[in-house]
Amino acid sequence: MSGPLEIGFIPLVDAASLIVAVDKGFAAEEGLEVNLVREVSWSNVRDKLNIGLFDAAHLLAPVAIASSLGIGHVRVPIAAPFNLGINGNAITVSPSLHAAILGEIDGDRYDPMATARALARVVAARRKRDAEPLTFAMTFPFSTHNYQLRFWMAVGGINPDEDVRMVVLPPPFMADSLVGGQVDAFCVGAPWNSIAVDRGVGHILHFVSDILVRAAEKVLAVRQSWSERNPEIVAALVQATARGAAFVEENHEETAHVLARPDRVGVEPDIIRRTLDGHLKISPDGSMRQSGRYLLVGREDAARPDPVQAAWLYAQMARWGQTSLSKDALRTAMATFRPDLYDAALGKGGRTAPPAPGAFAAFAGPAFDPEDISGYLASFDVAKRA
Amino acid sequence: MGAEQSPKIVIIDESPIRAAILEEGLREAGYTEVVQVNEMQSLLARISSLDPDIIVIDLENPSRDSLEQMFQVSRAVRRPIAMFVDQSDSAMIQASVDAGVSAYIVDGLKKERIKPILDLCVSRFNAFARLQDELDRTKNALEERKVIDRAKGILMKLKGLTEEEAYVLMRSTAMREKKKIGEIAQSILTASELLK
Repeated sequence: MSGPLEIGFIPLVDAASLIVAVDKGFAAEEGLEVNLVREVSWSNVRDKLNIGLFDAAHLLAPVAIASSLGIGHVRVPIAAPFNLGINGNAITVSPSLHAAILGEIDGDRYDPMATARALARVVAARRKRDAEPLTFAMTFPFSTHNYQLRFWMAVGGINPDEDVRMVVLPPPFMADSLVGGQVDAFCVGAPWNSIAVDRGVGHILHFVSDILVRAAEKVLAVRQSWSERNPEIVAALVQATARGAAFVEENHEETAHVLARPDRVGVEPDIIRRTLDGHLKISPDGSMRQSGRYLLVGREDAARPDPVQAAWLYAQMARWGQTSLSKDALRTAMATFRPDLYDAALGKGGRTAPPAPGAFAAFAGPAFDPEDISGYLASFDVAKRA
Repeated sequence: MGAEQSPKIVIIDESPIRAAILEEGLREAGYTEVVQVNEMQSLLARISSLDPDIIVIDLENPSRDSLEQMFQVSRAVRRPIAMFVDQSDSAMIQASVDAGVSAYIVDGLKKERIKPILDLCVSRFNAFARLQDELDRTKNALEERKVIDRAKGILMKLKGLTEEEAYVLMRSTAMREKKKIGEIAQSILTASELLK
């Protein structure tokens, strides 16, 4: 290897295990010299990984899959030997939309079924009075944020492509756009929901773990060809990042300070700490909410890539018309997630306490079966299939 | 460019100076249809009314992700594709990413017509980076001059030296300690601040 590894990341809390691995010296102890490069867009991360300017990257799990499949962009097979985060996103709504949903709700405010139905009534009422459709922001077309928002609102009967507007915004612009009225709600990762709440401009309506108990969010991505040429480096990188993940789970306070540095995530340690603790302020009035599932970094086997998760994400791409279903593509999508590389690097020691049975479940719809995606998708009323 | 019509080029750049430099370069090269777009809020509306053949965007622009989504879902604009989709010229792609510029190209524009435009973007982006670098260096040099002058003044007052003697003292100290004269001057300022 010549020179340090160039690794790109986006300033988000779920880059924690990678950042800690480098800044706490775990990467160096595994014999790796790493240059972490903070990026401004997922398009940049993807392109720089594709053309080899980055050796590895903190990447949206669906972007890794889309890249392997050549959907929406050039086809570059990606290998994801490490899962950097499970869950970690939230849905934040403007104070007026929050009031409107609570005004229509019939049931528990944390129940996504109740909020989705309430949202559908809000949407219908707006249409009746010829108001502009609501605008929902997310971070990228191939993102869990996009699929989580769509999954949730479609259960209430809302067609995300016709009844509301879905737009992409860079995370640092989300809170401002809520104030400016360009968007009514957004789904984004930490710390950007908390920033909107702290500024008094938004309410966290849902943690995405309300919608799907366990969703692969970001992966450590490398080019598949590169991983084949550099198996030792991949193993060392997995080992360093696994140590980072273990450290993050054990040391929330110090992790928050490491991430707070301006060239890392660059926000107040207190805000980062809340998301690591899963103890979040959800409204400007100071209401708090605690969840043990807000963001999983290393615990409950979160770091080990799960090909079933890749299959679920691929199914969402098909459901919303980004691609059509095929057995070959499904195999390619699942093969992007590489538990074999994870196990090769870490052995049995890489396994933490596994999730409880049934942990892979959504609040609505049938159990997900990667062997029968078309059957699974057919059970949903709202879809836009390619 | 022969008898062919000049392609429509849209520049999206958060740096107005760089955008102006690029536009000027393109016009000098004979491209007559060049438009800068700055307002990100109504980006899609602007682009669809301009109907460009090629869209150039700086890589530091966080709105790149928004742009990609607009292209995916919009029926209003002809679908532009990222330059990276055609990997047949990886040297050109490398050069443009190094320079910090990316482009979206509407299907149908011939490759031999794209290359000179991209080459020009890359050279202008690089020229701008050099300019910026020079500007930073000049600024630093000016700053250092000021620090040296103030340090000279302190030495003259404290040690009763002439201006020339004060300068020679700093220079010889810098040479002995293998430091820059600016660093020596800065430590004189810091020390005098502490001893006030």
